[in-house]
Amino acid sequence: MIKTKISAENLNLFYGDFHALKDIHISMGERQVTALIGPSGCGKSTFLRCLNRMNDIIPTCRVQGKLMFEDTEIYHPDTDVVALRKRVGMVFQAPNPFPKSVYENVAYAPKLHGLKDKARLDEIVETSLRQAALWDEVKDRLHKPALGLSGGQQQRLCIARALAIQPEVLLMDEPTSALDPISTLKIEELIRELKQYYTIVIVTHNMQQAARISDKTAFFLVGDLVEFDDTEVIFTNPKDQRTEDYITGRFG
Amino acid sequence: MSPNGEHMAIKDVVTVEKPSLAKSASKRRRAWNAFEKVSEGILFASAFIGVVTIILIFLFLFKEALPVLFDAKTAASLTASKWYPISQPPVFGLIPLIAGSLIVTVGAIVISVPLGVGAAIYLSMVASPMVREILKPTIEVLAGIPSVVLGFFGMAFLAPVVKSLFHLPTGLTALTGAITLALMALPTITSISEDAISSVPGKYMEAALSLGATRWQAIVTVIVPAAFSGITASVMLGIGRAIGETMTVLMVTGNAGIIPDSFLVPVRTMTATIAAEMGEVARGSDHYHALFVVGAVLFIMTFIINLIADMVSRRMKEVE
Repeated sequence: MIKTKISAENLNLFYGDFHALKDIHISMGERQVTALIGPSGCGKSTFLRCLNRMNDIIPTCRVQGKLMFEDTEIYHPDTDVVALRKRVGMVFQAPNPFPKSVYENVAYAPKLHGLKDKARLDEIVETSLRQAALWDEVKDRLHKPALGLSGGQQQRLCIARALAIQPEVLLMDEPTSALDPISTLKIEELIRELKQYYTIVIVTHNMQQAARISDKTAFFLVGDLVEFDDTEVIFTNPKDQRTEDYITGRFG
Repeated sequence: MSPNGEHMAIKDVVTVEKPSLAKSASKRRRAWNAFEKVSEGILFASAFIGVVTIILIFLFLFKEALPVLFDAKTAASLTASKWYPISQPPVFGLIPLIAGSLIVTVGAIVISVPLGVGAAIYLSMVASPMVREILKPTIEVLAGIPSVVLGFFGMAFLAPVVKSLFHLPTGLTALTGAITLALMALPTITSISEDAISSVPGKYMEAALSLGATRWQAIVTVIVPAAFSGITASVMLGIGRAIGETMTVLMVTGNAGIIPDSFLVPVRTMTATIAAEMGEVARGSDHYHALFVVGAVLFIMTFIINLIADMVSRRMKEVE
């Protein structure tokens, strides 16, 4: 039996008057890869950004209903957002390493949360970069600018940076949409590796990608969660006509 | 589509002559070529004139300064601790002037950099859009205040305040000069730093927040460092304005040609010395040449500051 890591009940989200997520019910298992698919503007990224409360930045955003991270209600007023984000890491659509060295990028979050021991930091940087399959490529240029890396390397650096504080969940918002096919393949291999240790939620526009890497797939359409099931079922035997239309490329 | 519904190719509508590939084939093109040559020449001349003028000023400055160095007596007095150009024999000690310029400039930096950068962070990251729309233009207007007006303000208002606050015999001190110069540098530093901080991409803020940083931590650890080269540039421009500033310091620093031992004594800066004395000095006299030495030293100092500024911002760019 897979332990539930994240679950939503009657989750509704509004941007001002716009109803962006409608009565979402979903439950994501520990150490599973859940893919969120659907056409642009369907709410999948919005949902992803609920999970670490990145939507808080948007002043008009209101959330109703229940969204649980293990036993904690994510939107409860007593929930510590900083602690939440330490446990729920995020990788963004476009690689966004800081304009600092490779080392400083990975060591950023551990330092921020109070780690000063140089030897321990070195160890974290190496482990995180190895986990992100980047160590061999950057070990000789740890103190060179991160922005000198290629796009694919930058994105893996961002993954390493997120892993450095050992989160339990990794949110990925179209992490390969800005990358070439080879880099995309590397990131996908990486995701398969990482799911041994992390619960992964990934938004993707690439249906083959969802089929290749995820255990579960959720199909969103204009704010509704249309269908959520094992990836295999979604791609071979969807129950909803709209899901079938979308995955076969009839719209979207 | 043509009226009868058939596609028409462009060649059916417009007759195009095949352009010849030979150079200077048409009159029109020959004219253009000539125009390009001439424009290039004019642009080269403008760049050339700028550079040559600077080199000529440099040479003139040093040529007029040299006689002092060849005269053993005046040369020896350059290292004296006093600037008494009209005493007998005259003493042309540069150290008090250099010290005067430095103390006023350093004071201005110490006051204006934290204030300017702080204001820039506030404007770009904290202030509501409405507050920013009002404050930023207001601060930029401050940059346009003529230096003589600021000097007047320093003399009439600031000096008495400094005098009574510290119980001094005179309010015309290095501190008064530093404050007025800081006021001059402040708009430059604030405005350019604000631009630099505002132009840091939002994705850095997002990344920092997602790693568990608070908004304030993100500003301090990511946003401001990312804007560092722009902030450095603003500070250097501010300092450049402060160290070269003449009228304000002439009016508010008291102009005593002795080495200052604190911020609360009158000082004489290099710029004020040249401005005040050049008009009354006998051309070709020792005093005249000594003022050129002051000018040359000022030139070298600003040159070094610019060089350092350039190196700092270059090094920061490498990291980006």
